[in-house]
Amino acid sequence: MANLDIVKPENLVYTKTKVLTDNVMHYCPGCGHGTAHRIIAEVIDEMGIQDKTIGVSPVGCSVLAYNYFDVDFQEAAHGRAPAVATAIKRLNPDCFVFTYQGDGDLAAIGTAETIHAANRGENITMVFINNGIYGMTGGQMAPTTLVGMKSATTPYGRRVDLNGYPLRITELLATLPGTYYVTRQSVHTPANVRKAKAAIRKAFENQKLQKGLSFVEICSSCNSGWKMTPVQANKWMEENMFPNYPLGDIKVDGKLCENITADRLVLDHPLTVVNK
Amino acid sequence: MAFKGQIVIDTEHCKGCGVCVEACPMKCIEISKNVNSKGYNYTHTVNDKCIGCASCAIVCPDGVISVYKVKC
Ligand SMILES: Cc1ncc(C[n+]2csc(CCOP(=O)(O)OP(=O)(O)O)c2C)c(N)n1
Ligand code: SF4
Ligand code: SF4
Ligand code: SF4
Ligand SMILES: [Mg+2]
Repeated sequence: MANLDIVKPENLVYTKTKVLTDNVMHYCPGCGHGTAHRIIAEVIDEMGIQDKTIGVSPVGCSVLAYNYFDVDFQEAAHGRAPAVATAIKRLNPDCFVFTYQGDGDLAAIGTAETIHAANRGENITMVFINNGIYGMTGGQMAPTTLVGMKSATTPYGRRVDLNGYPLRITELLATLPGTYYVTRQSVHTPANVRKAKAAIRKAFENQKLQKGLSFVEICSSCNSGWKMTPVQANKWMEENMFPNYPLGDIKVDGKLCENITADRLVLDHPLTVVNK
Repeated sequence: MAFKGQIVIDTEHCKGCGVCVEACPMKCIEISKNVNSKGYNYTHTVNDKCIGCASCAIVCPDGVISVYKVKC
C-alpha cells in the first residue's frame, strides 16, 4: 500500500528526534515511558540545548533512561534524583537540569528529596511518571495506587483503613512557594501528547527565569503491572486514574490556577475503582 | 487544503502495542499476522487514506513511525 512517490526527504514531516539514541528501549510494548522520553527529547532538540542539558535518572523501570537520551546523564540512588539535580544545577547554573522519576521513586522512597527540592525552589525541571504502581519490581502498591486497585501487595484492592489514601503529591507540591509551575498531563492520545510536550517545553523554559521548580506529572499506564493490553490500560487510565488525578495545569507562573479551588486541591473522598 | 500522506514503519523495532492503530483517524494501520525477529506482531498500513497527520507517530512509544506528507 506504500505510496512511494510521497516517501522523499523533502516530504518528511515527522521522524524520531536525534536527541534519542538508536538503542531499542527495554520498556514493555505500549508503555508511556517511551512516549514521555520522546517528547522530552523533542523539546531539548527544538530548544537547541542538547549540549547544555543534564538529566538525572531514577530507580524504577526508567533506571536506564540514560541509554536512550543523547545528553549527559547521572544515575541517582533510589529517590534521590532531586538532591542530585540540585547539586548539578547549582554547580552548572547555565545548564538545563531535569529529573525523570516514577511514583515509587519520587513519591515513596524519595518523598523527602522531592518536597525539599520543591520547597527550596531549585531551578530544575522534574518529570514525574505516575502509573500508580511499582512497575519495575513486579507491580506492588505505590503511594499513588488507587483505592480498590489491585496490585501484587494489595491483591484484593487497596484499602484506606489498611493502606491509607492515594498520595496526590503534585497537588501537595503546588501549595509550596518554591514551585513555579505544576501541571498534570498524559501521553496516551495524540492531543494529550501535544499538550504534555508544551508543558515540558514550559518547564524547561522556566529554568531561564530562575523563579523556582517546574514539575510535570505525566499520568501514565503500566499495562504489565495492571495486567491489561496497552490499549485497555489507556482506557482504564482515562476511566479510573483521571478522576483521581485530574489533568491540567495546577500552578502557572507561581500562582495557583483559577479552577484550583480548595475542594479540587484536597479531594477528601478519593474515588474507589473496581478492577478485575 | 487536502493532504496526502504515507507512513514508514520500522517494523523490526515495532512492538505491536496497537496504540498507533487506535490513534489513526483514517484507520490506516493494522497489526500484522507476521512477527519480527523479536517475535512481535508488527503493524502495517492497510489502505491509502493516510492524510499525514502524524497522530500515529506521536503516540508510538518506540518512535518507529516516520511520516511523509504532500499537498494535493
Ligand atoms: C533502596 C531500594 N529500595 C527498594 C528498591 C526496589 N525498587 C526498585 S524500583 C522500585 C520502585 C519503582 O517504582 P516506580 O518509581 O513507580 O517506577 P516504575 O517502575 O513504576 O516506572 C523499588 C521499590 C531498590 N532498588 N532500592
Ligand atoms: S513494567 Fe510497567 S512501567 Fe515498566 S516498562 Fe513495563 S509497562 Fe512500563
Ligand atoms: S505504536 Fe509503535 S510500537 Fe506500537 S504498534 Fe504502533 S508502530 Fe508498533
Ligand atoms: S499519519 Fe495520520 S492518517 Fe496517516 S497513518 Fe498516521 S495517524 Fe493515520
Ligand atoms: Mg510507578
